[in-house]
Amino acid sequence: MNLLRLAAKSVWNRRLTAALVVLSIAIGVALLLGVERLRTQARASFSQTLTGTDLIVGARGGPVNLLLYSVFRIGDATNNIKWRTVEALASWPDVAWQVPLSLGDSHRGYRVLGTSAAYFEHYRYGAQRQLAFANGVAFGALFDTVLGAEAAARLNYRVGDRIILSHGAGKVSFREHADKPFTVVGILAPTGTPVDRTVHVSLEGIEAVHVDWVAGAPLPGHTLSAEQVLALKLVPKSVTAVLIGLKSKLSVFNVQRAINDYRDEPLLAILPGLTLQQLWDLLSIGEQTLLAISGLAVGCGLMVMLTALITGLNERRREMAILRALGAHPWQIFSMLIGEALLLSLCGVLAGFVLLQAVLWLALPVLGGQTGLTIASWPPSVRELEMLMWVLTAGVMGGALPAFRVYRLSLADGLTLRI
Amino acid sequence: MTLPQAVAPVFSARGLRFRWQPTGPLVLDVPKFDLAAGERVFLAGPSGSGKTSFLSVLSGIATASEGSASLLGHELAALRSSARDRLRADHLGIIFQLFNLVPYLSALENVMLGCQFSAARRRAVRAGGEGVAQAARRLLGELGLGDATLARRAAAQLSVGQQQRVAAARALIGSPALVVADEPTSAFDSALRDEFLTLLLAQCAHTGSALLLVSHDRAMASRFDRSVELTGINQVVA
Repeated sequence: MNLLRLAAKSVWNRRLTAALVVLSIAIGVALLLGVERLRTQARASFSQTLTGTDLIVGARGGPVNLLLYSVFRIGDATNNIKWRTVEALASWPDVAWQVPLSLGDSHRGYRVLGTSAAYFEHYRYGAQRQLAFANGVAFGALFDTVLGAEAAARLNYRVGDRIILSHGAGKVSFREHADKPFTVVGILAPTGTPVDRTVHVSLEGIEAVHVDWVAGAPLPGHTLSAEQVLALKLVPKSVTAVLIGLKSKLSVFNVQRAINDYRDEPLLAILPGLTLQQLWDLLSIGEQTLLAISGLAVGCGLMVMLTALITGLNERRREMAILRALGAHPWQIFSMLIGEALLLSLCGVLAGFVLLQAVLWLALPVLGGQTGLTIASWPPSVRELEMLMWVLTAGVMGGALPAFRVYRLSLADGLTLRI
Repeated sequence: MTLPQAVAPVFSARGLRFRWQPTGPLVLDVPKFDLAAGERVFLAGPSGSGKTSFLSVLSGIATASEGSASLLGHELAALRSSARDRLRADHLGIIFQLFNLVPYLSALENVMLGCQFSAARRRAVRAGGEGVAQAARRLLGELGLGDATLARRAAAQLSVGQQQRVAAARALIGSPALVVADEPTSAFDSALRDEFLTLLLAQCAHTGSALLLVSHDRAMASRFDRSVELTGINQVVA
């Protein structure tokens, strides 16, 4: 039986206290790892959402806001840009392609995106990956729709199904475009981006369902049937934002400036990567605060351990005197206490890790569905392992406090049994 | 039973003077004390006669302020504390008055703990042709605790009498040169005391260990080779 086993037996003897100590360390560790994971994975998944687009153009407002509503479907646009402007931008010599985005409707909680065929051609995510169809094709007719992978899977739609769009972005809407159903013609392959949760229709389709509406409500007595609408020549009046690809990356700042100075309409052009960085800068104080708080939680857990170890010392002086009588050197008793601290911290760290995995496993489906975050839970990153090592180190260093106390006590007590 | 051939005493003190603090009062002044190998000595001492100090010096926990105290020929004050700890681990078996056992270990594990800090004790056990667990079980059996369920029981669940016998087995495992028992029977009635003493003396004879038993209960003195009054050897006590 070596000293570590002796320490383990001693810990086991006080297993209720030990379990509480392990639990309090575990909660801190789970919190710390969780915050770290949320932080890095959120960054990773956000920066993977839109690649290959040089500029995003929207109505003048906050750049971060524009990025959030146009790419991540978070929040709403305060203003649209005129279709005339979109057409004008397309003719600029530096512009290689543009993808108009029109938001505002939804289908059973999933955002409806009005766009053009260029979307399927130019939208890139991850490592410059193009959107791929799992089933069917891009929309061609006015009342065609293409579903993102998750929207299709969750709502159990297949190619050929008919769906009805709702006005507004809410999950429950009382104003539906029931008279003009859409047909699912394509389902996209999963991308791990908000595209998965989007219902795509053509800009003309958006226009068609609103053609007989005025100020957000159907105009009584002036409804047009789907057949009547088909006969119309529909031109969108406005869009929410435009994704722009340039012929040369070098002109990006020139074009941005030109758009920001556009005379006919107040516009805002942003570089997605740069604005994302602004977003992180904005959030970093929050991230740091969260990290600090979870670090404190770990500290509290370690304090609980120290308290338990130190309170236990007095009743264990007898045990120490016995070990001394058996020839244990005070340093061996010191290392036994350190061993206990190491054991408790190690259990705490492992338990915290398991706790986090369990929570993520349970919460991820819910969390992912609501926020669009995908949080890979395995394997842990180097930084996470580093953090765990720090917790362990702190635990052992903290353990030196009671261990040193015991060292001093056992030197002073000798073989005397103080009870 | 032949005694070990060693002529050198197990413990020897010459002009030993001891204070706990350099400026503190003198608590021990022992001109001469010897304990021969295999010898069984009864040391009678009322509380306050320097018993704790004497045992601390003897076991190498504390060192003499002046004079000489040597264990198996090793001058204790000349050794580093870790060497003294090793000497104690290798050659001394100690039985306390009460609460001898690590409460969360079983009786058997407590006995085996006697070899935990000493490779020499483990070698001595193996030289007898046994493993440590085997020797521990045998010793428990010889001390009347042969019951296997008893050996597995946690120390805290044993009766005081059983605990003291486990402690004796632990002190004896690996045949140390000297067993020091500090009031080991103070919690016993006289019948239990005599039974314990018989077992302890027999086992010490069996392993060849010298025995130094400290007690104020002089009724036991007649069963030892020699009886010494601590007040007789320690001149500090008036």
